[in-house]
Amino acid sequence: MSAVGSLETTGKRTPDKALRKPRRTMLVERPRWWVYAILGAIVAGSLFPLYWSYVIASTTSGNANARIPVLVPGGNFLSNAARVIDTIPFWGALANSLFISVVVTASTLFFCTLAGYAFAKLPFKGSKWLSAFVVLTLAVPPQLGAVGLYRLMADWGWTGTIGAVIFPVLVSAFGVFFMRQYLEGVIPTELIEAARMDGAGQFRTFMTVAVPAARPAAAVLGLFTFITTWTDFFWPFLVLRDPDVQTLQTALAQLWASSGNNPDMSLILTGSLMSIIPLLILFVIAGKQLVAGIMSGAVKS
Amino acid sequence: MTDLATRDGESTATPDALREERRRRMSPRDKWRRFTYRFTPYLYISPFFIIFAVVGLFPLAFTAFVSFYDWRLTTQSVDDATFIGLQNYSDVLFGNAVFWTSLANTFSIFLISTIPQIIIATFIAVMLDRNLRAKTFWRMGVLLPYVVAPVAIAIIFSAIFRDPTQGGLMNSLLELVGLDPVNWKSDRIPSHIAIALMVNFRWTGYNALILLAAMQAVPRDLYEAAALDGAGAMRRFFSVTLPSIRGTMIFVVITATMGGLRIFDEVRMYDPRPGSVGGPGGIFRTVVLYMYDTGFNGAKGDLGKASAIAWLLFFIILIFAGLNFWLSGRIATDGSGKKVSKRQLRREAAAIVNEQEGAR
Repeated sequence: MSAVGSLETTGKRTPDKALRKPRRTMLVERPRWWVYAILGAIVAGSLFPLYWSYVIASTTSGNANARIPVLVPGGNFLSNAARVIDTIPFWGALANSLFISVVVTASTLFFCTLAGYAFAKLPFKGSKWLSAFVVLTLAVPPQLGAVGLYRLMADWGWTGTIGAVIFPVLVSAFGVFFMRQYLEGVIPTELIEAARMDGAGQFRTFMTVAVPAARPAAAVLGLFTFITTWTDFFWPFLVLRDPDVQTLQTALAQLWASSGNNPDMSLILTGSLMSIIPLLILFVIAGKQLVAGIMSGAVKS
Repeated sequence: MTDLATRDGESTATPDALREERRRRMSPRDKWRRFTYRFTPYLYISPFFIIFAVVGLFPLAFTAFVSFYDWRLTTQSVDDATFIGLQNYSDVLFGNAVFWTSLANTFSIFLISTIPQIIIATFIAVMLDRNLRAKTFWRMGVLLPYVVAPVAIAIIFSAIFRDPTQGGLMNSLLELVGLDPVNWKSDRIPSHIAIALMVNFRWTGYNALILLAAMQAVPRDLYEAAALDGAGAMRRFFSVTLPSIRGTMIFVVITATMGGLRIFDEVRMYDPRPGSVGGPGGIFRTVVLYMYDTGFNGAKGDLGKASAIAWLLFFIILIFAGLNFWLSGRIATDGSGKKVSKRQLRREAAAIVNEQEGAR
């Protein structure tokens, strides 16, 4: 799983002389209109649920339940948003989600870079064996230990606190593996030795050599960790039973569960839309890196 | 063995006596540094191992332990619990059919989602693997659903796929084209289709990009050669593209399987009313949802039984992992039935690329 392999090969697609001969141009010429039409339809399909939830979120509850659904947005989004904020602790949940995701991302980046660097560049006994073990742990689905983890958090008195959400994901096997793969390729061993000759201690060598080198991989790993943490539901849903301490995802579950058998769809969809907006903003800013990360084979979990 | 001189390769043959001599002459400060060089790697990898031991290994072992006890959500310690041996397991497996219907639902949803998802993702990847204008825009466009949390997706789809008595967009559309409305939440297969659509909504574009990356690594020469031999677009896809991305394809299938076997968010939020656990009669209750319901939902709180469900699921996942491993080994053979290792494929591809470079 090379981190940059496939990206490099994309650069080799420039047409060479042979390709310019008439018979072969079919492979490099711009695709026909229908390719764009299909792709346009696919992108429209991925946008439509979001558009439609805005339609319902911006209409009145009466319209949302109409037999013939409305198809254009109304003007009630803000008043619906105000109702969401009255019904669930929205700002608290937003703050919690943000705090959890930032802390988990920062800690994952630090610990995974540290461990990845040790596995990639520092010789020590058992290195190979231990790093194989890290990969092996990837195969254990987190749901399976839920009962035991819940019991543990209860013993610590952590149930219902965001600490219980943060602690289990402070460092990830995937992150360690990913950083090891990346750092193995980009840090010349001479550089580490040069830093040592200059009298840098082990940790200073890490900070001055490994950390700057890890930056591109860290950007990708950070983005994916942030998104995964933000969208996580199963574990927070189990452990955050106190209605006052919620993440955005569990607050949404609460919003719907509390509305009983006749759910107010405009209220609920307003809530879900409000929960999506922060990640949509992140996507607009960093979507390009996200695409590059997936394309480089960086994130296969 | 790990000291600098040896690794530099200057003095591999240093006799023990000489090394002993050097060690004796070392200042305390050098000795300390030597010690830290040897010790720090373990320090650096320890956070992962410590946290994994606490939140991964211990809970798994504890879950196994609890599965042999009559252990409630309120049970504080083993002193309040009664050892009942394999009772939880036999209750889950033979007590009623809930485990088996949940398992059947899990497989049904998994199959209905994964197969179309991979086909469509491959199709999208082929579309993207052209000399498009505004490449990044299209790639970002198909990835967009990935940043929408499963919970929000489930809520939105739950609103679209309402039962006929409640209206809902999908049924209105069906009526518009003259079809009968469908019970998207109270009939088994339609509910599975709606849930599969949610899963596919989030993951199809993501998988398309992984497959696209693999397609871009296919040497363009292969396509040229095939085109010169008169192969059309379809033929080129089946004879060149598909065999070349075999490894990635297997990877995508394996991750989809592992994800499919533990589906929870979507089914929990498709009908999140307090009384409902996977729809009327549990028509879309999955194994993980069953585990949640048994252990953590409302008054039942039977952690012992939930633990048994978790371990049974673990065994099923292990069986699938083994099956996947075996199958992918079989699939990774070429037309003549000869085994082709990933490394060999890569070497072949590299040889072609080198030839191309050399020809320039």
